Amino acid sequence: MLSTYQYPKYEYVAPPEQTGGPVKRYPVVVVGAGPVGLAAAIELAQSGVPVVVLDDDDTVSVGSRGVCYAKRALEVLDRIGVGDDCVAKGVSWNVGRTFFREEEVYNFNLLPQPDHKRPGMINLQQYYLEEYEIRRARELPNVDLRFRSKVVSVQPEGRGAALQVETPDGIYQIETDWLIVADGARSSVRHMLGLEIDGKIFMDRFLIADVVMKADFPAERWFWFDPPFHPGQSVLLHRQADNVFRIDFQLGWQADPEEEKKPEKVIPRIKAMLGDDREFELEWVSVYTFQCRRMQQFRHGRVLFVGDAAHQVSPFGARGANSGIQDTDNLCWKLKLVIDGKAPESLLDTYSDERVFAADENILNSTRSTDFITPKSKTSLTFRNAVLALASEHAFARALVNSGRLSVPAYLTESTLNTPDSTAFAGDMVPGAPMDDAPIRVDGVNDWLLDHVGQRFMALAYVADPAAVDPARMAIFKSLANAPVPVEVVLVSPRGGSAELPVFEDYAGRFAERFDARPGTLYLIRPDQHVAARWREFDADRLRAAVARATCNA
Amino acid sequence: MPLNLKPNLSEPGKRYFRAFTPGDDFYEALIDTHRDLSDEQSAMVNAKLILLLSNHIGDIAVLREAMQIAREGV
Repeated sequence: MLSTYQYPKYEYVAPPEQTGGPVKRYPVVVVGAGPVGLAAAIELAQSGVPVVVLDDDDTVSVGSRGVCYAKRALEVLDRIGVGDDCVAKGVSWNVGRTFFREEEVYNFNLLPQPDHKRPGMINLQQYYLEEYEIRRARELPNVDLRFRSKVVSVQPEGRGAALQVETPDGIYQIETDWLIVADGARSSVRHMLGLEIDGKIFMDRFLIADVVMKADFPAERWFWFDPPFHPGQSVLLHRQADNVFRIDFQLGWQADPEEEKKPEKVIPRIKAMLGDDREFELEWVSVYTFQCRRMQQFRHGRVLFVGDAAHQVSPFGARGANSGIQDTDNLCWKLKLVIDGKAPESLLDTYSDERVFAADENILNSTRSTDFITPKSKTSLTFRNAVLALASEHAFARALVNSGRLSVPAYLTESTLNTPDSTAFAGDMVPGAPMDDAPIRVDGVNDWLLDHVGQRFMALAYVADPAAVDPARMAIFKSLANAPVPVEVVLVSPRGGSAELPVFEDYAGRFAERFDARPGTLYLIRPDQHVAARWREFDADRLRAAVARATCNA
Repeated sequence: MPLNLKPNLSEPGKRYFRAFTPGDDFYEALIDTHRDLSDEQSAMVNAKLILLLSNHIGDIAVLREAMQIAREGV
């Protein structure tokens, strides 16, 4: 098979433990150098926490695997310094088209709103993302990346965990205050700890073929129900980097995975789809089944589960890797505060609560998509086909067509970290909401809101004129930066102008529109760019109380 | 009032952040209603459902329009 990608090989370097001496203890060890484990390591290291990463392999993901990276994940990747690489290499898209037999019945736009930095989705082979993350991690002196290092035992203790690690040089022991488990769906650490993960297996098989070809298909997601070239089943087409196209064929439960992977079986399927004239080469083939399941809790003392190790979904909706990256987004700032002694350990229970809530939403949406795509009974199939038959003519039926509800972040409306609204606001930026982006001007340069918030608590104070803020008020704003949990106050204003605090000029008015902001409005923003609280009038006591609540210090 | 063919589903008291959610809530409930039924039982459930909903809608002109659209292309 063809290869458009050269797999890097990362050298094993004997760790200090292997040369004898006492057992070392680290603040954080991450198991698994996949996209999620690496994101956690980079985010923590950037905030000043040294991290050891253990991975049993010495290269990146083999095969394209996770392909779709959603807007929210890109925003997190921006914060860890790899967003631009991913977007430059990946194929950005917003439009998805759905066909029933030969006819297009429905299309959607992931980003109907203008003025966001990132697109709704990019398609990028997982190995590129991992390569960029490893490159970024290696720039950070406090990330200790250890390849060919397999965790063979885990012993939780009151204040951390002790691990045995197997390398080409034998087995050594290390200790850690905190263990982040990011070793994937078949998590061996989860098994070693005897922890359950419950859910539902779907009785269906899918064939993935990565095909290299020159084709001028637009950068869109195309999904077919019951197409003439693959009758009775579904097919999904995505364009990735390097002219690699991902094609997913539904095969049914009876299909023999080994047989279906053979090129003599795969190539005719692709020719039926693309026509005999199209030249292509196979790059990678895989047959998969999937499950929708999650652990009861993602925190077990000082062991924290993230990504597929904690929860798995069907692939329809790209809610796997994307939700894993959002796990780290939620976890890292909390862990940093706990390590620094600025928040109690119970803050980490809210990591579990909030991400379990998000996992349930992801499982719900991907299960619904799966049930629509692969109906389980004759009646269910009849309803599905009735929806598709009505969809080309009637808007109400288009709303019911479900070929995948693509990854979007959860609104953490149930979170105990939120301070409930005391006055009315329009729009969706409720406490717990992931922030909408908006174009802003900072120091005369046009930029994006989400590039300037995050990694610390911030208060966005909307004012008519930054130069006209009362000096006493300004003094209080500035003093918040010296609080035990610092809050950086920024003035947001339609006019721009200079002040003793940073000013975000809302030159396009999108901030005011999306956040329903008027002079006096103040938003408290968490380090993961979620809204914690908002008011129509500034009140220092209420702000302090909301910060305390958002950090379990209340 | 003519037959409404625009998306029109929602549940009182529920706040939606995603446009696809109310339709998906309904569709899941519909498919769940048929879970573990034979084809014949499902056909009976569907018939009863149509009768119940028709009575609720009440306006026979609207029902005639829906019946006509439902037959198209079948």
